[in-house]
Amino acid sequence: MVTVDARYSLVELMICAAARQLEDNKTAVIGTGAPLAAAMLAQKTTAPNLVILFEAGAMAPILERLPISVSGSETQTRALVHGSMDEVMETCQRGLVDYTFLGGAQIDMYGNLNSTMIGGDYRHPKVRLPGSGGANDLASLCWKTMATMQHDARRFVPKVDFITSPGYLTGPGAREAAGLPPDTGPYKVISTLGVMGFDPLSKRMQVESLHPGVTREDIAAATGFEMLFAAHLEITPEPTDEQLEILRTQVDPQGMILGKPERRKVG
Amino acid sequence: MIELEGDIQPVGELFQSPDVNAAREFFRHKSRAMVDKRMGVREAVERFIHDGDYIATGGFGSVRFSTAVLHEIVRTRKHNLGFSGHSTTHDFQILAAGRVIDRCDIAYVVGLEIRGLSPNGRRFMESGAVRTTEWSNAGLGWRYKAAAMGVPFLPARVMLGSDTLRYSAGRLIEDPFTGQKLLAVPALYPDIGIIHVHQADIYGNAQIDGTSIVDLDLAKASKRLIVTTERMVETEEFRRDPRKTSIPYWQVDAVCHVPFGSYPGNMPFEYFSDERHLAEWVEVEQDEARFAAFLDKFIYGVDNFETYLALAAGEQRLAELRSLEILKRS
Repeated sequence: MVTVDARYSLVELMICAAARQLEDNKTAVIGTGAPLAAAMLAQKTTAPNLVILFEAGAMAPILERLPISVSGSETQTRALVHGSMDEVMETCQRGLVDYTFLGGAQIDMYGNLNSTMIGGDYRHPKVRLPGSGGANDLASLCWKTMATMQHDARRFVPKVDFITSPGYLTGPGAREAAGLPPDTGPYKVISTLGVMGFDPLSKRMQVESLHPGVTREDIAAATGFEMLFAAHLEITPEPTDEQLEILRTQVDPQGMILGKPERRKVG
Repeated sequence: MIELEGDIQPVGELFQSPDVNAAREFFRHKSRAMVDKRMGVREAVERFIHDGDYIATGGFGSVRFSTAVLHEIVRTRKHNLGFSGHSTTHDFQILAAGRVIDRCDIAYVVGLEIRGLSPNGRRFMESGAVRTTEWSNAGLGWRYKAAAMGVPFLPARVMLGSDTLRYSAGRLIEDPFTGQKLLAVPALYPDIGIIHVHQADIYGNAQIDGTSIVDLDLAKASKRLIVTTERMVETEEFRRDPRKTSIPYWQVDAVCHVPFGSYPGNMPFEYFSDERHLAEWVEVEQDEARFAAFLDKFIYGVDNFETYLALAAGEQRLAELRSLEILKRS
């Protein structure tokens, strides 16, 4: 188990790393959970003009309270448009959405994500999960797909049990051959151990930065496939005091994502 | 249809016919009469929802969905229903509790977003009792749109290359203009749509505030439509400001006045979700005996939604939920 500086938790480190990926004056469709906290943090710090879109139809809200659901009232505060899902998905299909942020139960080296079922076969799953929701749409249509994941060998697997949402499928050229829009695909995976990107030639996942205190060996041991490492490995920047303050007091004062204050100490 | 080597050939079952001429024939005979369509939830369910029908719910999971109609479906022990699982959470949870469905188009079921997974929903779906076909939210939403447009399918650029496509009932097609490979999603005409709205008149003109999700297309695609509403208003409200008409009366078959009709869900501009009660659902679902007693207490053992509201929330809690709502009317 990796411990991090007691000043912040692993979840807080991941949220800050995720927020750093969201640039100002860009568009992003955000999924439920930690990515929401990251988008809200980005909007309150480095990306005040980040256009946040929610699949249920809210466009360009200024978030005041952390949403429980991607369709709830909290996604609609001070929005420019109270629209519909087809409008948001069509905006993605038209090519106007830069980023999306997803999660999943399993991911493979090409960034294919599973949120449909685990074990057995499709007709007789051991665990039935929700299915695509909007994830397949967003992973197909947004320019750059990001994911946040718990990093262990049960989740980073050689082969996902079900490709719910397409990554690079079987490798270079496979998305285009399947008919998906060119130049789209997985961009970053922010895990509990590091930040991964994808090698431009092989389309395979590679570590770009290690979280503080994490070693290459830790990541290799927690990954079910052969992980690549970038030539220049960096250390994920630690959250600043300002980021932590905003996260804890403005983004998630109730600890819905961060956990209760007393549980924040160790990653 | 292109059949290139290596392409995925979808194997999913198509539960509803995308036959546009049959749908036209149905709509040809649907009444356009501007008559008073008010009725109780019990009457609406009795008249319009029959065993074997294919139903679809509006809203998004725990937001602006029609709890009263779903409880009545479970209470009256409907069976062999088909269901469109489009971004469903607590609505699916209620139907799974009653085990009323036997086939399901799935874009999102079992999950409760940040609240986790429904233990009973999982048991039900893992039991093999429900035939399933996979879609994405946009794919399933565009199926409503195709039906709303009166065309048998729409081309789309989602689901391609994935197992979601493999277990869907979509088809790969080639764009006749550019040769681009596309997914064709078939029109979906539900037998019954069920939508909760902010206000409606006695004829069925209805207003939705906040995001509409896919409900405007669902309202057009549904052969029959039950609308439940927070408030009844005069038709003049719509005539004075037609921007308020989200759904026109000729699409609607029943208007049920159900204040707090989306409880324990969130109704934008009205009240927030009751997270305590939703958490209790998930908690008791872990134990089948406790869950059965819970369902007896809140659904099977009560006469109607109003009694459930009083039991599960009560006036003070409902007032709290109003004050917790973050969207305010200007």
